[in-house]
This record gives sequence, C-alpha cells and structure tokens, in this order.
Amino acid sequence: MSKLKLATVWLDGCSGCHMSFLDMDERLLTLAELVDVVYSPIVDTKEFPHEVDIALVEGAVASIDDEKKIRKIRAHTKTLVAMGDCAVAGNVPSMRNPIGPQAILDRAYIENASAQPQIPCLVVPRLLPIVRPIHEFVKVDVFLPGCPPSADTFYAALTALVTGAPLDIPALTRFGA
Amino acid sequence: MSEAVEVKTLIIDDREVSGRRGQTILEVARENDIHIPTLCHLDGLSEVGACRLCLVEIKGNSKLLPACIATISEGMEVSTHTERLQKHRRTILELLFAERNHICSVCVANGNCELQALGQSQGLTHVRLPYRNPDLHVDASHERFTVDHNRCILCTRCVRVCAEIEGAHVWDVMGRGINSLVITDLNDPWGDSSCTRCGKCVQVCPTGALFDKSKVGAEHPKHPDFLPYLNMMREAQ
Amino acid sequence: MTIEELEQIAKSVLQENAKCDYEVNVCMDLACASQGADLLREALVKATEASGKKVLVRRTGCMGPCSSGPLVRVDPEEILYRRVNAGHADAIVNSLGKEPVAGLQCDLSEHFDKQVRVVLENAGHIDPEKIDDYISRDGYKALLTALTEMTPNGVIHRITESGLRGRGGGGYPTGLKWGTVAKAGGDVKYVVCNGDEGDPGAFMDRSVMEGDPHRIIEGMTIAAYAVGASKGFIYVRAEYPVAVSRLTTALREARRRGLLGNNLCGTTFSFDVEIRLGAGAFVCGEETALIASIEGRRGTPKPRPPYPAVSGLWGKPTLINNVETYANIAPIVRNGGKWFFNMGSERSKGTKVFALTGKITNTGLVEVPMGIKLWEIIDVIGGGVPGGHKLKAIQTGGPSGGCIPADMMGLGVSYDALMAAGSIMGSGGMIVMDDTSCMVNVARFFIEFCMTESCGKCIPCRAGTAQMYTLLTRICEGTATMDDLSLLEDLCSTVKEASLCGLGQTAPNPVLSTLKYFRNEYMEHIEHKRCPAGVCNMKAHVEALA
Repeated sequence: MSKLKLATVWLDGCSGCHMSFLDMDERLLTLAELVDVVYSPIVDTKEFPHEVDIALVEGAVASIDDEKKIRKIRAHTKTLVAMGDCAVAGNVPSMRNPIGPQAILDRAYIENASAQPQIPCLVVPRLLPIVRPIHEFVKVDVFLPGCPPSADTFYAALTALVTGAPLDIPALTRFGA
Repeated sequence: MSEAVEVKTLIIDDREVSGRRGQTILEVARENDIHIPTLCHLDGLSEVGACRLCLVEIKGNSKLLPACIATISEGMEVSTHTERLQKHRRTILELLFAERNHICSVCVANGNCELQALGQSQGLTHVRLPYRNPDLHVDASHERFTVDHNRCILCTRCVRVCAEIEGAHVWDVMGRGINSLVITDLNDPWGDSSCTRCGKCVQVCPTGALFDKSKVGAEHPKHPDFLPYLNMMREAQ
Repeated sequence: MTIEELEQIAKSVLQENAKCDYEVNVCMDLACASQGADLLREALVKATEASGKKVLVRRTGCMGPCSSGPLVRVDPEEILYRRVNAGHADAIVNSLGKEPVAGLQCDLSEHFDKQVRVVLENAGHIDPEKIDDYISRDGYKALLTALTEMTPNGVIHRITESGLRGRGGGGYPTGLKWGTVAKAGGDVKYVVCNGDEGDPGAFMDRSVMEGDPHRIIEGMTIAAYAVGASKGFIYVRAEYPVAVSRLTTALREARRRGLLGNNLCGTTFSFDVEIRLGAGAFVCGEETALIASIEGRRGTPKPRPPYPAVSGLWGKPTLINNVETYANIAPIVRNGGKWFFNMGSERSKGTKVFALTGKITNTGLVEVPMGIKLWEIIDVIGGGVPGGHKLKAIQTGGPSGGCIPADMMGLGVSYDALMAAGSIMGSGGMIVMDDTSCMVNVARFFIEFCMTESCGKCIPCRAGTAQMYTLLTRICEGTATMDDLSLLEDLCSTVKEASLCGLGQTAPNPVLSTLKYFRNEYMEHIEHKRCPAGVCNMKAHVEALA
C-alpha cells in the first residue's frame, strides 16, 4: 500500500499548532511509516501538490492571499482538516473584527512607526475586512479545535484518519484546550 | 396535622422514577442521576427559563418544556435526550458562541467555563453560523472585579444573585434583543456603582464575563455551590 | 343606574337627534383626520349655521374605507361622499334634501355588502366622546342585564355557548378562559384589556378604542362581573394618544353615569378601570410580558405555566383579553350566544375585523363573517389589486403570521384553515402583495422586525432572529450559498421550537411560509443571483465580481 500524502498549511495563526504537531516527538516516526509529508512550512516544497490525501490547515483566513490559498488547497485535497482554534473559529486573529483592519494597520505602521510611517501595500497581501474560520470559505471535513490541539490529540486524530478508525473529537479536545 | 407528602411517579428516559408534588423535572432527574444540561439555572436562584438548554419532550405535548420550571405530574413520560432536543441544544450553543466574542484561548475562565464545557459535552466541534463580532467594551473600573461583555451570555445569574441573595440589586439588564447588556446601577461604571463588593456575581458567572482581577485561568475556578447552603442557613434562622 | 334610566337617556338622545332633519357624519379617524377632516367638520358646522337647515354634524370613528377618506356620510339617506375637503362643505349642505353632490358621491356597496358589522356596528354612527350616543345604540344594556338578571356563571355560560375565541391571535376559547379565572381561588382578581397592538400594518384595535371606547369598557365590566374581579387595566401603547384620550374620557363619563365604580346598579359588584401606557415594545403584547410591564418591571415574558388565569398580575388570577374580544361581549350578552354561534364557520364563530393594507384598492378596516373566502375579501370588498398588477400573496397575522399565495384564495377565513396554510389568524392585519413584491425581501422585513422587537431574554429568539436576518440579507444581496439556506431552515426550527414566548415561537413563520410557497424565488436569488421581482439589487454580489 502506498503511503498517504499529508500536507500542513499555515495561514493566519501563530504556528503553535505546528509546534504542537512536532511535539508528537517519536510518534512522528510511527506516523512517517503511514504518510508522506508532501507540503508544509517544515519541508521545502514551493507549490501545493496536485493531489493531497490529508491537509492540516492552521490559522484563520485573514487576507486575500489566505483566501486564494484555502480555495486552492480545497480543490486539491481529499480530507481537509481545520487544525486548531484559528482555523476552526477565528480565535485570536479574529479579535480585530470588531474594530476592522484599518485601525490595526494604523496602530502598527503609522502610530507606532519611528521612521517612514506608511502602510505596506506592495508585496504584503491586502487584509480582508473580517477574519473568518476556513469553513466559511470552503467545505471542511474534520474540525480539530484547541489552542493548540495537544500532541496526543494530533496523534489520535491522525491515526484514526489514516487507518479509517472511528474518531470522537469532542472526547479529545475542545475550544481553547 | 402536617400536610402529607404527595408522591408522583413518572418516567424519565424509559426509567420509572418518583418525586414529590411540586418538584421540577430537573430536580427529579438530578436526584436520579439523569443529566440534563443547564446554563441559566443555578441551585439557590430563581428560575428564568431563558437558556432553553434544559428543554425536554413530554409525551402528548407538542411543545418542548424547560425542565427547570415544568413540574412533574403523575404518569408523565419525559424524554431528555432525543435527537430533536440534541439538535436544538447544539444550535443554541452555536448561537451563543457566535453571538459575542468568545475567544476561549485568551479567556480567564478557560478550563473553568460552563459554556466551553457544554460545547464539548454536546459534541460541538465548530460553529456553522457566521460570527457576529460585536464591538463590546470591558469595564475594569471596579478595584477587585472586571466585567468583559464580550464573554457575557446574558444568563442573568449575576442579576438574580445580586437582587435575591445579596439584596443589593446592583446588576440588571438594559437594551433589547441582541443589544441587551448587563449593567451596574443605571449603566454607571462598576467601580462607581452601589456594589457591595461581595463578589457573589463573580462566583456564579458561568463564563469569564465577570472575573476577579487577581486570578486567571486555572486559578479562577468559580464556586457557585455556596448558594444552596446559604439559603438553607437563612431559612434555618 | 337602572335599565329604565338607560332607556330614558337613549330616548332623549333620539328625540334630540330627531329635531334635526339631516345627520352629517364626518369620519375623524386617523387616516381621515390626517387629510383635513378637522377643518372639514368646522366648515360643515359653519355652512349649516349659514344655511339655517336643521342639521346635526357629528364626528365619528372609522367608517372603514380609509383610502377614500376623508369620508362623509349623510343620513338618513346614507349618501357616502369620499375625498371630501373643507371646500366641499357648502355644496354638501346645499344638496341636503336635493340631489347628492355630483363627483363626490361614491358607491361602495360592493365593499359594504359582504361585510357583517358586530364589533364595528357603531363605528361611523356615534360620537366616541359622548356616552349618550353609545347608550342610544343599546350601549350598556348588556351590562345592566348581566348585573340584574344573570349570575356570573350564566354570563360565562353564554360566552361559552357563543363559541367566541380570542381575537388577539391565539384563538383560545374565551368562555373557557373566563371559566378558569372564575374558578381560580382568591379574593383579588384582575381583568386586563390588551390594547398593545403592534403588528406592522394593523390598526383594528386602535380604531375600536378610538371609535367606540365604551364598548370595550362595557365588555370588560361584564367580564369582571363574570370572573369576580373588581379592578381592570387597559394596556394601550403610548403611540396611540387619541385612543388614550378617548378611553380616558369614556372612563370618566362611565364613572359619572354610575356605570363604573362601587355597587353598580345597586348590586354588591364594584369595578373600576385604569389605563396603563406601554412604551412601544412589541413583546408587551405577549400576556406575561404585558403583566410585567403593568407591574412596572422590564417587559419580558415568563414561561407558562403558570398561566395568568391562575397567577397573573401581582400573582393574582388575571383575565387578559384583546380589545376586539371585549368588543364582542356586549352584543353576545344582548343577543344571546346562539345568535353569535350561528355566524361564521364550523370552529370559528362570529366575525373578524381585518386591517386591509398593501397593494389593494380599498385600503381600510373591514369586518367579515368567519368562513368568508379570501378572494371575497381581496377582490370584492377590497376592490382587487390596483394598477393592472397581479395578486401574488397575502400576509396575515403580522410578524407571527405567514404568506398565503394567490392560488389559495379559495380558503375560508378561520383559525384552523389559516394555521393549516402556514399562517395564523393573528390580530387582524392583512397585507396584500402583488407581483412587484419580492417574497424573500418580505420575509427579511418581518425577521428584522422580530429581531429589533425581541426582548433578549431567551437565546433562540435573541440571537436566532439576528442570525436569520444575516442569512436573509446574504440571500437578498446575492452572496448566499445553499449551505446558508439549509442553515436558515435549521434556525427556523430551533427558534420556533425552543423560544420562550410566542414572539420567538412564531417569528420564523414568514420565512417558513415563503419557503413553502415561494421556494423558487429563494433559489433564483441563490443560484442565479437574480431577484425575480426586481426588488433586491444584488449589490454585494456585483461588487464581489468586480
């Protein structure tokens, strides 16, 4: 049996979910026998591959770039997993929603800038007015809440997804866990 | 001659149970270790029937009734966990999570929150509804406590404990509908209000909306269980 | 006050009226008054004085066809003039005894012929500020008959026999309710009149309160006698200042005549009524919220049971009925339960007042026997849809009701038939919509109304209506997906089944009924980003494409 192709993606989040993922430690070796990591911030692939079996997405959708990415990921992924509270519920990135992106940009690039106060607009992707969880843009197959989901949660969930065993997420984790 | 205790026999979730006349379905269910989720209910406070989580089905009645208020009657057949009820409970919890800005990861009550726990026990992994993201304020004017309206679910436990137990009636609700807000006095800052600083409201608050400034996270479990004891001792006097 | 004295008053009023050769009745209800009925009346008085004719110029309550106002009716010939202004006064007075004024006279016989007037029997015939006018048309006769010749149980029996059901919308049998309050223990009981009419487009209760206030007071007093109450409250919204002033005058006059107060008619029965003003919260029309408001608390509902009939105002047994229900009481007591029972359809007896509004020729107040077909109301009484447009649907029951499509106009008006069609009888609002109305937009309008009027106590109604509004806005703006539609349907079911009070439980009805009958319009919005009626501009969708 060929190994399943696993991708992990980092949108608007703190990378904490990826850290927790790595916290699986030696169990990563067990997983490596079942899956190949084909795309991830921790591997050196530039383009999202054409066919991915499982994609773990960390972070909320906060910019036009995030939106473009999540749509592409969805188009090329069999099982899309929202990894962590930002992807599942917006979490900390969504705390700017009540006041909107302009206030945040002003504070960061104008009010607190010591030299050349200006809001970057060339390379940096434009922010969306509202930060939203990924299921508001594309269909999500599995939700793994937690900030971050624990390494145990990752291991149990991924093992279940790979082997097709039943998966009881509320028994593993919750919002803010 | 004292009034005889009238016993009623009923069925809850296919189990035959009995209770005294005047007892609520919730009381009898709990006495028999049948768990019905609640949020606005708190032992020791009056019932408002507002959170609708304890709704149960009663055979022969097309309407769902709140178990915290509906009293038992002879031969009643109650179902507490049908698919219909579970669906409504999950939707109600989703409505609550989407209504204000509940960011569990940065909340003082993370791990000690009744809303968070209910979300987990009712199998909620995400909220299908669009988040409303209202712009709400935090009032930290009180020297000991803070109210963060982003986390308030309007269960009115604080309102009731302040009026019914402390007797101060500092808390109440202002505004209508989705714009409702718990306030102290006539919407004065908490620190300037007639608050007696007893802290009961903080202890009964099911979320992180009301909290003690000196405590965070795991150090901030709430202890609302003093209420039944307090009521009992008061009655004894 | 005795029946003989009452008859004496009636006789003297009729004698006084007989001194005049003509009666010129001017409708002074809101619609007519807003178009200058006041000036018209003054001009008519001046013109009659100048002419030397013996004419009685009388201001009256609503005559019905409001869109034709200001209205003037000349009796005894019963000539109806429409769109009259002060400039027409001389011509009208000159025409008395001669040919009617050409161009002003209107023939609304089709409009009136199908109507049966019980609640509105005095509307357009009496001066609402004169108790003697009311007495001259059998007013207070029912009360005195009840007090002197009937037992409380006898009164309740007669109401039960009549088959009258609550006119506030729910349709609970009135006799049964009275019986429950009468049987409830305790010395102190209350009688409350719910005049908190808040449905958009509904003005039946306002017209009755303004046009015939004594009818309500008489109905309440009879009710109080029947259930054993000695205190009554009329809860009126403060937005009805004319109703409040007419009721205040009526109460004062009734007290002066000894028809309210201690030991009425020399019996041991005492009763008085106080007016309480609502501050405009729609939910205060819900009886437990209304009670909270009268008690001076925040107007929020409480779970029932206990019902107000057992534990209401200040915990005492309380009878709460709607304005129109009380307005039916005196005629029933006067004419007997059988008389009322013989009107209407199988399980809905008597008549119902509707406020006909929207895309309809004869906008206004109509009273029809129960069982009448909807098309008779729309096409015959209402005069059809104007401007060559096609009828699309009618909406009954306000924000708690639903839309009934044009192909169901063969339906007879009754509590059960309207309920089965996905709407409700409601308090009597009837909004007519033609092919220029977008049904999704209509549903959004009513949900917005419920969202802003939700009291905020229970979560399904507070947050559920707000979420439904968001989703409907997405549909109207062309940004919704099929997932949004299924979410909307999910929310409808939770808000309907889990809300605390009637406001929330019925709030999804406009959405559910339009989804049932006009699902294709929803689909057009979602799948093709197109509004078939051309109402929604799909702005957000267009912007998203750009």
